[in-house]
Amino acid sequence: MIAIAHPTTLYYLILAAVLFGVGVVGVMVRRNPLVLFMCVELMLNAVNLTFVAMARKLGDIGGQTTVFFVLVVAAAEVVVGLGIIVAILRRRPGATADDLDELKG
Amino acid sequence: MAAILAADSLRGPSIDWLGLSPLLILLGAAMVLLVVAVLTPTWPRGLYAWFTVAASAATIVLAFVQWHRIDLHGTKTLVGGAIAFDHFAVWMTITIAVAILLVALSTDGYLRREGLDGPELYALYMLCAVGGIVMSAANDLIVLFLGLEILSIALYVMAASHRKRVESQEAGIKYFVLGGFSSAFFLYGVALIYGSAGSTNFSKIIASFGSTVSLDRHDGLVLAGVAMLIVGLGFKTSSAPFHFWAPDVYQGSPTPVSGFMASAGKAAAFAALLRVLIAALPYWRDDYRPVIWALAVLTLVVGATMAVIQTNVKRMLAFSSINHAGFMLVGVEAAAHVAGNPSAGRGMSSVLLYLLLYSVLVTGTFAIVAVVSRTGDNATDLAAFRGLGRSRPTLAIALTVLLLSQAGVPLTSGFIAKFGVIQAAVDERSYALAIIAMVTAVIAAFLYLRIMVSVWVQDPEAGDDAREPVRVPWTGGLAIALSVGFTIVVGVAPGWLVDLSNSVTNLAH
Repeated sequence: MIAIAHPTTLYYLILAAVLFGVGVVGVMVRRNPLVLFMCVELMLNAVNLTFVAMARKLGDIGGQTTVFFVLVVAAAEVVVGLGIIVAILRRRPGATADDLDELKG
Repeated sequence: MAAILAADSLRGPSIDWLGLSPLLILLGAAMVLLVVAVLTPTWPRGLYAWFTVAASAATIVLAFVQWHRIDLHGTKTLVGGAIAFDHFAVWMTITIAVAILLVALSTDGYLRREGLDGPELYALYMLCAVGGIVMSAANDLIVLFLGLEILSIALYVMAASHRKRVESQEAGIKYFVLGGFSSAFFLYGVALIYGSAGSTNFSKIIASFGSTVSLDRHDGLVLAGVAMLIVGLGFKTSSAPFHFWAPDVYQGSPTPVSGFMASAGKAAAFAALLRVLIAALPYWRDDYRPVIWALAVLTLVVGATMAVIQTNVKRMLAFSSINHAGFMLVGVEAAAHVAGNPSAGRGMSSVLLYLLLYSVLVTGTFAIVAVVSRTGDNATDLAAFRGLGRSRPTLAIALTVLLLSQAGVPLTSGFIAKFGVIQAAVDERSYALAIIAMVTAVIAAFLYLRIMVSVWVQDPEAGDDAREPVRVPWTGGLAIALSVGFTIVVGVAPGWLVDLSNSVTNLAH
């Protein structure tokens, strides 16, 4: 029988670090531009979780309000990112990151 | 109910609107341009560019007023401690405004040649500049992050803005993914520092570590946070090993936009790096200084050596810009030696001087490349520059002056810039770094010589006649002339500007 400890701040920090790591690895290994983009969003949300966990530990509202700023920034990034992805996919349907090889040297 | 309405219990921070005016002018001009241009028919030719030029000139004038006010009344923070009001911020405001002024002039002819004339790019320049100014004036990590994102998101759009070139969109998506990636690192660093310091405000971070730093100096959380911040800003400053996006993005972006990235974008990122390291984290200077040292060496060497094997001028200039970033890091390393001391050494002011001089230089250089790249913006390989000395001698002389200046030849502004950071490094006894920097300057000189050989020595080959002749629009010519003039004037008589930069000593917090 495993005794489940009451979750502490550390649990959330570790979860956030793991999520961030998943995002980092995803950006490095995945090839679909949309999935790359989702991995970046995952990283930002991992940071949000860190902020909230830290804010709870510190008893400070600042970290929680920061999350709203990050959400707005992420939304703005979505708008621009999807715009660029759509522009590329319209020109070259089904393009992956490996197909984007006009620029090299 | 009535009591709640009557009581004036909610009081925001007092705001010094005059202190914020350089920023607000640019923001207002961008909004006006976006809204009015949508509602009115197409403006007469060139008016979008001149509107941008007027806005940035107004910003520069107001920034000088702020400079004078700081001389009189000293530094302070604005908007409840979120924004610093000091010489450093004003200097960066001027640098960024000068960059958009020159870039807007060179964009005018470019957009018309490419058949893309419109207000969007100019509005983005100004919004981007607002982000850069917020970054360099931030006194809070979250404010700095917001500035970084305003700058970056505008830059992603600008990189992808050439609708007719597939390379431009490719540059946009590459920059976007890697930029978002690096922003996430930066933000994670902010979160970790917030967790250990209890605040994101620079003053409060310093205050919270002030008592604990000697006992708990090797707090892993803070060190990880500092490392993440450096990684995030390392991407934006295009420091090796985080530089790999730069050549692709510079090559693919519309050429004036590449000039903008290398000037305003890089300047804002370096200002943010200095702010974070010097104003927020001076207690950790012995921990991050070796990291900056290693970054500087790698950036110098990678920039200089990789540039030599390129054949595309925009890629060459991208690596040259990485090499310049290495020189700036030499100055940052010197500044890190004395972080937190009441009397700042020469490190910080030498970086600021470098940023201003390099911004003018590189916008001028890219303005010439924009002209030579011809319709379609694709003629940027070395071959496209062959015979330029014969067909357009004035343009070729301007390019030669700018390239010599980038190489750091005496009597040009590039020499003054390089001399400043090397002197700062020697002051702090970073002899090894100073020597490595000078050696890479010699290697990098080869790259500038290669372009000059193409321009002056190599004869046009068969097939070159088929190329469209190079046409210099007068606005682009004006940008080039201003840049060359500034380069020579500062190179010959640098005293006033060096003195001005040396008056940037302490950061407000």
